[in-house]
Amino acid sequence: MAAILEVNAVSKHFGGFTALSDVSIRVAAGERFGLIGPNGSGKTTLINCVSGSLRNDSGSIAFQGEEISRQPAYVRTRKGIARSFQVPRPFHTMTVLENLLVPTAYVRHLKDSEGEAQAMQILTDMGLAAKARAYAAELSQVELRKLELARAMASQPKLLISDEAMAGLSGSEVDEVLKILFDLNEKGITIIMIEHIMQAVMRFSQRVICLDAGKIICEGAPTEIVKNPDVQKAYLGA
Amino acid sequence: MIFSLDLLTEAVIFGVLLGCFYAAVSIGLSVSFGLLDVPHVAHPAVMILGSYFTYLLANQGLDPILSGVILMPAFFVLGVLIYRFYYESFEKRGSEAGVRGLAFFFGLAFIIEIGLILTFGVDQRTVRAAYIGSSWELGDYRIPYRMLVAFGVALALTLALTIYLSKTFIGRAIKAVAQDQGALRLMGANPVRIKQWAFGIATAVSALAGAMVIVVGPVEPSMDRLYIGRTFCIVVLAGLGSMTGTLASGLILGISESIVLMFFGASWAPAVAFGLLLVVLGIRPQGLFGR
Amino acid sequence: MKYWISVAVILVLTLGVALSPVNEYFFFAAYFVLTAIALSTAWNILGGYAGYVNFGTPAFFGVGAYTAVVLFKWLGAPLPVQIVAGAVMGGLLGFGVGLLTLRLRGIFFAIGTIAVIFIMETLMINWRYVGGATGLQLVRPPVSVPFDTYARMLFMVIAVVAVVAVSIARYVQDSWIGRGLRAIRDSEEAAECSGVPTLRLKLIACVISGGLMGAVGAPMPMYLSFIEPASTFSLNYTIAALGGSIIGGMSHWGGPIIGALVLSTLQQIITVTISGEVNVLVVGVLLVLFVVLAPEGVLGLFKRWLRSSK
Repeated sequence: MAAILEVNAVSKHFGGFTALSDVSIRVAAGERFGLIGPNGSGKTTLINCVSGSLRNDSGSIAFQGEEISRQPAYVRTRKGIARSFQVPRPFHTMTVLENLLVPTAYVRHLKDSEGEAQAMQILTDMGLAAKARAYAAELSQVELRKLELARAMASQPKLLISDEAMAGLSGSEVDEVLKILFDLNEKGITIIMIEHIMQAVMRFSQRVICLDAGKIICEGAPTEIVKNPDVQKAYLGA
Repeated sequence: MIFSLDLLTEAVIFGVLLGCFYAAVSIGLSVSFGLLDVPHVAHPAVMILGSYFTYLLANQGLDPILSGVILMPAFFVLGVLIYRFYYESFEKRGSEAGVRGLAFFFGLAFIIEIGLILTFGVDQRTVRAAYIGSSWELGDYRIPYRMLVAFGVALALTLALTIYLSKTFIGRAIKAVAQDQGALRLMGANPVRIKQWAFGIATAVSALAGAMVIVVGPVEPSMDRLYIGRTFCIVVLAGLGSMTGTLASGLILGISESIVLMFFGASWAPAVAFGLLLVVLGIRPQGLFGR
Repeated sequence: MKYWISVAVILVLTLGVALSPVNEYFFFAAYFVLTAIALSTAWNILGGYAGYVNFGTPAFFGVGAYTAVVLFKWLGAPLPVQIVAGAVMGGLLGFGVGLLTLRLRGIFFAIGTIAVIFIMETLMINWRYVGGATGLQLVRPPVSVPFDTYARMLFMVIAVVAVVAVSIARYVQDSWIGRGLRAIRDSEEAAECSGVPTLRLKLIACVISGGLMGAVGAPMPMYLSFIEPASTFSLNYTIAALGGSIIGGMSHWGGPIIGALVLSTLQQIITVTISGEVNVLVVGVLLVLFVVLAPEGVLGLFKRWLRSSK
């Protein structure tokens, strides 16, 4: 299958600290791709480089065959890369519905009437419709995570990057969010899931990469990953 | 414009003295803004407040620098109170602290400035000491003693703070708080109390800096406005929170200002700091000596 | 529609007042109040909507004022031309400063704008043509019909400028620009990832805001028949613009109007009854009180009161 995202030899430094060194990944269109690694391993840095929140120091990032690593984040969003944030960053002076109207207006240039209809559809799919008129402060933890995903979806992405959308959620809530992500994948959206919780990512992903200290330590199907001694070492510190 | 090597040398010598002095008046801000990330635009106003208190004490016959030292504990408490208030009102609430925090400190600066005008009037105030008014003859050059005193105190202050921050436990905690609050919590330290302590230190240092300001020249209530440019220019140029960078940037500003003063005249000098600040923001916002 | 009818009514009323035999001092005071409203409104477009604090109100205002003076002295340009030129120069300054500092965090933009005030002031102090540090006396041209005095005409002019400023602020708030600016204020990173070209929007807001401040500054020299750097670039304009928006409420275009109206009227009263210094002190104290106790301003208090009385 054709690659939708190709990260080639990307490195990123913060002062003297190396957050990513020579990382290459290739994600196929329609794939469910998992990215795991202990805290501080560079997972979020990597997706910040892909989404454009950070610029990589070296290497290249291609989306649908086009080099994007020097483009600002909003251009990448318009090309079809959307993301959620690990710590939810809702537009807190807006209602849930208005949150979604930002991408419908800025990415898809829809009028508010059309945008609202589509946004409501997304909210309904995610089970947030009842909260459309609520403000972020009135939402629960799981609703905030759903809002992150809903806002990302409102830009009609081809690639969705979900950054620890399940951290801190209960078992049934994890299932709820997982189902949303499975549904989106069914519709043909490529999904990169960054997760600290091994179980969820193993259930979801077709292929997993494990990062440690800014380097890829192994890559493979979920079943192979869990057995890999390097992964066990990175996670358990044994 | 008359250009000569003699004049240039004089400008550079004067600039070095001035530069150390500028570093000393900025070092409090280097802690409060550079390390703690508090948008303390009232820093110069607090410092000028220190100058006026120095003026009051010096009028009782005390040495102005000694007055500054005596003021330090009181200013430490003032700093702790200011930070506590800022924390409770803005930092704790998190969202939108940007606009409101800035407006708060700007308002605070205004209140201090107008308060000084209402109490002392707009006239310039000076202090007296043996080293004010006379000069040291060095070959062809005349160096005012007051500049030398400020130079010495400034160097000592900068050095002391640098050592404090790198060698003592609490100093290192202050530096850690600037980088990673989570790690500090894991160590069992309370970041808010450390920041509060650091802000107190920064404000105490401003009292002594204020004493130096009135030693170097006459003060007036609205003087803080000029020092907004100088202090922020130095702290940004230094790379936020770098103490040695602060000293180096102070020297850069002092020498540039002194050269402009010498060759273009006094009416251009105030713009040097502000111009340099804009250039740094535009070209190298992480500063010259950044972390 | 309702808005435009109100605008028409206000302008007709203003004209009526300008032509009626009201005491001349009224126009003098009203000019200040309207200036404050226009400045706060302009400030709020960047500061309130996008959350980027501009301390440089006097720089933009002053550039407008000096542009007017230069055009007047050089070409004898009429007032409308001066105002348009003031707006253009203010907008250009906004573009320059924005390009230099709007990529950075808000605090850097804020101190950058302070720097611009002092740089502008220094330039004007050293520019002989506009009178340098001592300033320049200006002879007003004859007043045009139907106004009896120059103060009355200027009152009408600044009222129009204020109405234009408010209308633009209202348009920006309700348009796609306004939503993008709000997104930036709430979370710049999330805005960028939602497709908002953050730098471009901030620049647009900075240019509009600066341009309006320039327009407000342009008639000032004629109003005073004089221009001089120290008072033109006074930080009192900063605190007036900032105070008006924060005290009124920053989330809606109505906020700065209310805030500036309350504040500048209060200032006029205090200046007359107590002193000029105390009036600035009051603004500072009110600013700090509101920022701490009523962060949503008068508008926020009003909304809370509406909700609790329901």
